[in-house]
Amino acid sequence: MKSFLSPEFQVIRDMGRCDQCRGCERQCSFGTHGYIEALDVMTSDDSKCSGCQRCVIFCPKNALVIRPTQSSYRPNAVWSREKLDDLKKQAETGGVILTGCGSDKPMRIYWDHLLLNASQVTNPSIDPLREPMELRTFLGQKPDAISLGEDGVDITTEVGPNICLESPILFSAMSYGAISYNAFKSLAMAACNFGTFFNSGEGGLPKDLREEFGRCAVVQVASGRYGIDAEYLNCAAAVEIKVGQGAKPGIGGHLPAEKVSHLVAETRMIPEGTDAISPAPHHDIYSIEDLSMLINALKEATNYQKPISVKIAAVHNFAAIASGIVRAGADIIAIDGLRGGTGAAPKTIRDNVGIPIELAIASVDQRLRDEGIRNRCSLVAAGGIRCSADVIKAIALGADATYIGTAALVAMGCTLCQKCYTGKCNWGICTQDPRLAGRVNPHIASRRLANLLRAWSMEIKEMLGGMGINAIESLRGNRDHLRGVGLYEWELDVLGVKGAGE
Amino acid sequence: MTRRRRRQLFEKEISACSIFGAMDRSGERFRGDGVIKAIANMHVRGNGLGGGFAAYGIYPRYQDYYAFHIMFTGPNMEVKKDAKRVTDAFLAEGFDVVHDEEIPYDDQTRVRDPPLAWRYFVTPNKKGEEAKLPDEDYIVSKVMWVNTRIDNAYVFSSGKNMGVFKGVGFPEEIAEYFMLDRLYEGYIWTAHGRFPTNTQAWWGGAHPFGLLDWTVVHNGEISSYGTNRRYLEMFGYSCTLQTDTEVITYAVDLLMRRQKLPISVVSKILSPPIWNSIDKMSDRERKLATTLRMVYGPLLMNGPFTIIIAHEGEMIGLTDRIRLRPLTAATRGDMLYLSSEEASIRLISPELDEVWTPNGGEPVVGQLNCRKLV
Repeated sequence: MKSFLSPEFQVIRDMGRCDQCRGCERQCSFGTHGYIEALDVMTSDDSKCSGCQRCVIFCPKNALVIRPTQSSYRPNAVWSREKLDDLKKQAETGGVILTGCGSDKPMRIYWDHLLLNASQVTNPSIDPLREPMELRTFLGQKPDAISLGEDGVDITTEVGPNICLESPILFSAMSYGAISYNAFKSLAMAACNFGTFFNSGEGGLPKDLREEFGRCAVVQVASGRYGIDAEYLNCAAAVEIKVGQGAKPGIGGHLPAEKVSHLVAETRMIPEGTDAISPAPHHDIYSIEDLSMLINALKEATNYQKPISVKIAAVHNFAAIASGIVRAGADIIAIDGLRGGTGAAPKTIRDNVGIPIELAIASVDQRLRDEGIRNRCSLVAAGGIRCSADVIKAIALGADATYIGTAALVAMGCTLCQKCYTGKCNWGICTQDPRLAGRVNPHIASRRLANLLRAWSMEIKEMLGGMGINAIESLRGNRDHLRGVGLYEWELDVLGVKGAGE
Repeated sequence: MTRRRRRQLFEKEISACSIFGAMDRSGERFRGDGVIKAIANMHVRGNGLGGGFAAYGIYPRYQDYYAFHIMFTGPNMEVKKDAKRVTDAFLAEGFDVVHDEEIPYDDQTRVRDPPLAWRYFVTPNKKGEEAKLPDEDYIVSKVMWVNTRIDNAYVFSSGKNMGVFKGVGFPEEIAEYFMLDRLYEGYIWTAHGRFPTNTQAWWGGAHPFGLLDWTVVHNGEISSYGTNRRYLEMFGYSCTLQTDTEVITYAVDLLMRRQKLPISVVSKILSPPIWNSIDKMSDRERKLATTLRMVYGPLLMNGPFTIIIAHEGEMIGLTDRIRLRPLTAATRGDMLYLSSEEASIRLISPELDEVWTPNGGEPVVGQLNCRKLV
């Protein structure tokens, strides 16, 4: 069938600069670039280009420009180009449209409507270059009070297990299988070096990484139950039950057979070359009491030494759900918002299901406080945290820490071309093709990731100091330091912040 | 259907101040004239929009009864009396009032627009469900009720054998108004002169701030206010005044009275050591300090402050952990002095045994019959 789709991107090659080194041809896994030997000329097929810019960055002659195509349908505010192309794709394939990464739709980004405070005159701002500025964060259950032994030093209250982060940023769940071994290892190395945690995702933890990196791993137990055994649970710092994901609330996952290599199969404990399909729900969790049983089973399995996290997508009545999760015994709740990323999801789900993380964090924090159980768990915000300012605003709204996924991938080279589901990632991140995966060098990529954490942490310290605060815990839920601009009254109410100037 | 929770649109009060405290550790009671002189010496640290005193040991005759100081405000005497009528009915319901009277004042002073201030000596008369509550929790809930539910009535002192006197004006004017130098003798006096940067001064907003026999005078601005307030709300404290001092008072009440933690631990919660120091401590101490920060992080008072906390038999001075506001401590015999400025101490006690500047986060504790300073 002749495809009626028109190319999204245009490859523009400066023939004067190009010396036919064929580098672009080797870089592109989608087959965009070609070479005609007889004519000694490079060719390109625009229709195959994902716009990932790999060839542009690696062209030694700077001979390439990739840009959105200039050709256009008749402009139409109702029937956009994307809508038309999706219709054509479905007419040609009869299938669900898949995509990768977080939603790119222009839903309101509340971070950009929140402004931070700073000290002037009545209290001094604090200079992080001269004074201590503390970001250390603990995730886990906290008692309402502690009691001390007779000498006033020994603590007689039993305090549940907590994990300690040097900065309130963790790497979000990205499974081995979805991302390459090298990308996975880079996240693990960076987390350990920096003093934070990475999340294994639902694909297990390769055996050779357990001894060295288990101590900074949060390992997931998801509906597919891949790669779970006692050693997996016990080598980690914390265990997370994945109920939902912001990019695709309510649906499961599908790792296509092509990506199930030998090592992926071994790690996931499934046959090589078979589809790994995670069911939409956990088939042993059809209700909150089932969740409670799983939480307790995991606590038993880990001898009550590790905090148990539950990750849910931010959906309409998640605040009540979160309250139930706390009462079910979870030590940490991770909430993934509408803009959370994914390796593969139906586009219609990604773009239409869930609510923004900013509103979710604000209302769940308030809900748990109203019920007097906020101390009984930590809140981790995920889904669309783009910069240090987003982190600090999430904390001021009430989060204890934030998960970053997309931002970490971008640090490793990702350009959000949204072709993760093809397994052909030119940047070597979201692929199991050994030739592509080799493009990520864990030593370099982990340095890039650690640099990112360091840079964000320094920026957070600057912002904190400006507010006259020298420890991150004093900003947690401190909405007095936020003001909204350009928001409706109801949005300010949900966020619990005053409008600017109010 | 539940209605949407509206965001809070309060104005937080911001103020800088002078503070002073004097305690006779032998328990000997003394008149307030020295303290008044000392706080007046720091006149320029306030701007006449708030001054006040707390004195301990002043009501020996009624020492077994809770002494409520209640102010009734309003544009005219009619409104004030209405508030008093409602309050009287409320008190009659839950308490046995053994004695009540208007707090004596000198109407020749320059103080403007004073409220009707009344004192009641009461003992709880608990009924039904509330019969199980300990007295102190009962008093706290009733005080919270008056302050939040009865218009124009405000309980500003609720401890035994102690009292808070405060209002809008310079502290020396307030002292004159309530005739503190003539009518009362106490073994602890704390004093406060206020410099709020907004002009909406009202009598209840002045310091000291008190709950039961705990009082706090405070100089500073707490940048962690939102975090502290929202944490305390979970424990049933409603912060109605929107002042930093109020959250400190409630934090002290929660930690010291309800959770019975000693001041050495409470100071590590309000002004904890920095992680760099904690990491160098011995194992046991590190564990304690780490756990305290982990569990009580929301009660860390961040930003500049100096406070003087007092309750029966004890006076405590504390600064924030990086000491962004001044505090000088001094002793002379049984006397312990705490002050924003040394000059004020020297003014009333030129000869001193010891004078020092405590480190950030290091409490100075004066206890009855106990010369040991922490």
